Amino acid sequence: MYKNWQTILLLFFVSLFVVGCSGNDGAMGEKSPGVEEKGKVMMATTTSTADTGLLDFLAPIFKETTGYTLAWTAVGTGEALKMGEDGQVDLVLVHAKSSEEAFVAEGYGVERFPVMYNDFVVVGPKEPIAHTEDITAVFTRITEEKLPFISRGDDSGTHKKEKGIWNAMGMDPTTNPQYLETGQGMGATLTMADEKNGYCLSDRGTYLKLKNDATLTLELHVVCEGASDLLNQYGVIAVNPQIHPRVNFLGANAFIQWICSKEGQEAIKGFGVEEYGQALFIPNAGEDR
Amino acid sequence: MIEIVAAMERFFMNIGAMDAIKVTLIMAISSTSISAVVGITFGLLLERHNFMGKRIIIRINRTLMGVPPVVIGLLVYLLLMRRGPLGSLSLLFTIQGMILAQTLIITPIISGMVYTHASRSAPSIRQFAKTMGASKWQTNVLMIKEMKHELYFAIVAGFGRSISEVGAVMLVGGNIKGSTRTMTTAISLLKSQGIFTEGVTLGLLLLLMAFILQWMADYFQREDTTDENY
Repeated sequence: MYKNWQTILLLFFVSLFVVGCSGNDGAMGEKSPGVEEKGKVMMATTTSTADTGLLDFLAPIFKETTGYTLAWTAVGTGEALKMGEDGQVDLVLVHAKSSEEAFVAEGYGVERFPVMYNDFVVVGPKEPIAHTEDITAVFTRITEEKLPFISRGDDSGTHKKEKGIWNAMGMDPTTNPQYLETGQGMGATLTMADEKNGYCLSDRGTYLKLKNDATLTLELHVVCEGASDLLNQYGVIAVNPQIHPRVNFLGANAFIQWICSKEGQEAIKGFGVEEYGQALFIPNAGEDR
Repeated sequence: MIEIVAAMERFFMNIGAMDAIKVTLIMAISSTSISAVVGITFGLLLERHNFMGKRIIIRINRTLMGVPPVVIGLLVYLLLMRRGPLGSLSLLFTIQGMILAQTLIITPIISGMVYTHASRSAPSIRQFAKTMGASKWQTNVLMIKEMKHELYFAIVAGFGRSISEVGAVMLVGGNIKGSTRTMTTAISLLKSQGIFTEGVTLGLLLLLMAFILQWMADYFQREDTTDENY
């Protein structure tokens, strides 16, 4: 008898769970009755657009306007482009101009459209480096004084940007024993920098979001901002249907058209203003930085 | 052939694969050793003594056997972080911190397996020792001798869990190249970069390690059975 009771209880909870889930599905289906349901568009993008909540904000508006449901997987730029090459996704939204151009040149992508930009900041403890605009000075001091620096180390757009700055300065950051490569996303890297009392190159959006939302406030401050090296242009590319005939090319195009349209650009501009007091991404469709 | 060797060398240098293998082994061996001592002692003691709430302790142990490692990872992270209760030890993002997390994951597995087996076979062993007039200490030695296969199996299971685990070591270790990157977190990173070939290579190495371990376990077991003649 005792055993029977356990089975009944278990079944009860399982059925509750199933009912709960299907209930949600029903509610989702009833939304946006105005536009015809057109299916799913799959996008590979960088962690910054997802971690900041930009896509959570854009997807419902996009759905209301066009009827397509936007789904995305947030990975590093390297992996996002690889997913595009393999035809796993319908389009990519990333920020590494030269890799993007190569992606199009090799025929995997149709055409690259600049969408928006955000900027990178160097964050870290208040001491010993004071707030400045001079990125070279900051990186030189970190290396010379062997201050902790937490690098993404995952070949992402942000990591490429960081490597680009070191290269341009002709410095080898790995001579600093406190230079750590985490191989993780921006959020994880920022919390590690906070824990280690170290410096870190981050996109402004993820930094602000984390500073705002983390249970324990980050003790990281903007140390360096405003340098022209620190701007970060995003581009969107549809995966070439001639190579991967199964991709949803129409859906991908609908997204590109929408995000480059006035309405999409306005939506990007408005995102984050209320919460963080500043826009996290600055729309600039049609012009490159 | 030379090209392949060169490519492999580059791969091992770039991702820090040699370091990852070293870290994995240090971590797995240390945490399994600690867990083996604690888990076996706990499992045997639990079988030996009866007390109030024993059933609940067994239930908790069984539950912990299946606890998602990432949950333990989160708990250990909160414990070790700069503003956490043990923050002053600065064990976060160190191999010691990873060993702590892994020990918490593996100990219940070993103690649970040891208890389950001991509760079945220990009473008869004890009975036998009693009739032979063995002392308390001799009884304990006999107990371990009689159950060595099962104890060994429990340790192998713990070790297997240890080398294959990724969630907790990622959170607590931080996947830092050269110091806390393990084979599993390296694979996870390689995947995130879209580098599949090297990821699979590292995965195969991990499989090979598991195979060697299994084979050794089997070898010892077989040697024992052939030696025994009644």
